[in-house]
Amino acid sequence: MLNVGQLNEGVVLDHIEAGKSMQIYRYLKLDKMDCCVAIIKNAHSNKMGKKDIIKVECPIDQLDLNVLGYIDHKITVNIIKDARIVSKKVLSLPEQLVNIITCKNPRCITSIEQGLDQVFFLADPEKEIYRCRYCEEKYRSMRRKS
Amino acid sequence: MRHLMSPLDFTVEELDKLLNLANDIEKNPEKYAHACDGKKIATLFYEPSTRTRLSFEAAMLNLGGSVLGFSSADSSSAAKGESVADTIRIVSCYADICAMRHPKEGAPLVASLKSSIPVINAGDGGHQHPTQTLTDLLTIRSLKGRLDNLTIGLCGDLKFGRTVHSLIHALVRYPNVRFVLISPEELRIPDYIREDVLKRNNQDFREVVRLEDALPELDLLYMTRVQKERFFNEEDYVRMKDFYILDKAKMKLAGPDMLVLHPLPRVNEISVEVDDDPRAVYFKQVQYGVYVRMALILTLLEVEVC
Repeated sequence: MLNVGQLNEGVVLDHIEAGKSMQIYRYLKLDKMDCCVAIIKNAHSNKMGKKDIIKVECPIDQLDLNVLGYIDHKITVNIIKDARIVSKKVLSLPEQLVNIITCKNPRCITSIEQGLDQVFFLADPEKEIYRCRYCEEKYRSMRRKS
Repeated sequence: MRHLMSPLDFTVEELDKLLNLANDIEKNPEKYAHACDGKKIATLFYEPSTRTRLSFEAAMLNLGGSVLGFSSADSSSAAKGESVADTIRIVSCYADICAMRHPKEGAPLVASLKSSIPVINAGDGGHQHPTQTLTDLLTIRSLKGRLDNLTIGLCGDLKFGRTVHSLIHALVRYPNVRFVLISPEELRIPDYIREDVLKRNNQDFREVVRLEDALPELDLLYMTRVQKERFFNEEDYVRMKDFYILDKAKMKLAGPDMLVLHPLPRVNEISVEVDDDPRAVYFKQVQYGVYVRMALILTLLEVEVC
């Protein structure tokens, strides 16, 4: 097993579906942050067979973890402080997504109006369906889509 | 301040109040003739529409108000690239209320977010057309005396017809409404209406292909046009466009009280020989469209008439 050094403060995202870690890296905007990030791909998992793991060393309030609920609310989020797991964040589908995904409907006003936030609301939590605030085009959560 | 984006923006109680007001306007038009003296409606129509725009303008003129606006994007600053958000901020300085039609879905909602005057969605692409639904509800309630305990046939293009979708959304809120969905296989009601609206509300409905099979049991037949602009393929349109033609012979299969509605324009789906049948109420429906828009303008402007 590959060993990556311990975090002092930050988060460990565990049980990521194998191959999804780079998507999460982008959604969390980790590419724009000046912090230490370790991405472990295809790690062995008793539960999942293979999984991805992301470790991020940064103050916890710098990350918008709500978006993870949209990507896959089954990811385990361990909050680390003083090199110890102090809590596990339970993810749920966010009620609203702002500028996370873009509407693909060519007839939607977002396709021409400048400066408009891309807003989606959770229309059906059971089926994990979001709808565009403007045209109500349907989108499934990332987990259901794949 | 309230806007109207979807027919479901009003609760059943609010809708009742609005329809009562429309019926009072119908009975006592002179009482409302100066209700909006000095007020202006802006009709911002980014795509052509004859009936809806004229209906809004007639409604405001009937209330004593006046009208300004444009009837195509070419004659507006949109042609210069102005955003909807900027246009509505400017129009808010000129008018007291605005009706907007736009080919892009959600454009009136964007306008409402930036507006300091009430915005009415007068049709946004294939998305919503709430004042048509209000017109349909007023017509049904006025001529049938109720919005519950009805068997309603919806016929024609049930796949792309936004008026049909909106009407179903609005009517599932009333008890004991049965739907008979009459369409060719290719133009059946979309899954999201069947699953998310009809089945979720435990609504009694059935789908048939032949209009003749449904006619005897209907209280109401809502005909729709097969819309050429929704087809990518001319061949498919030609095959579908005359699938249903309601004529005198078919009307004989219907009950004596069955009403025929149509959002218009009609092409071939209702033969002109049906126009003189007292059950054909689609031109009355146009008149109800003016009354309901008058009621809507009064409601959104919060004008009380004693």
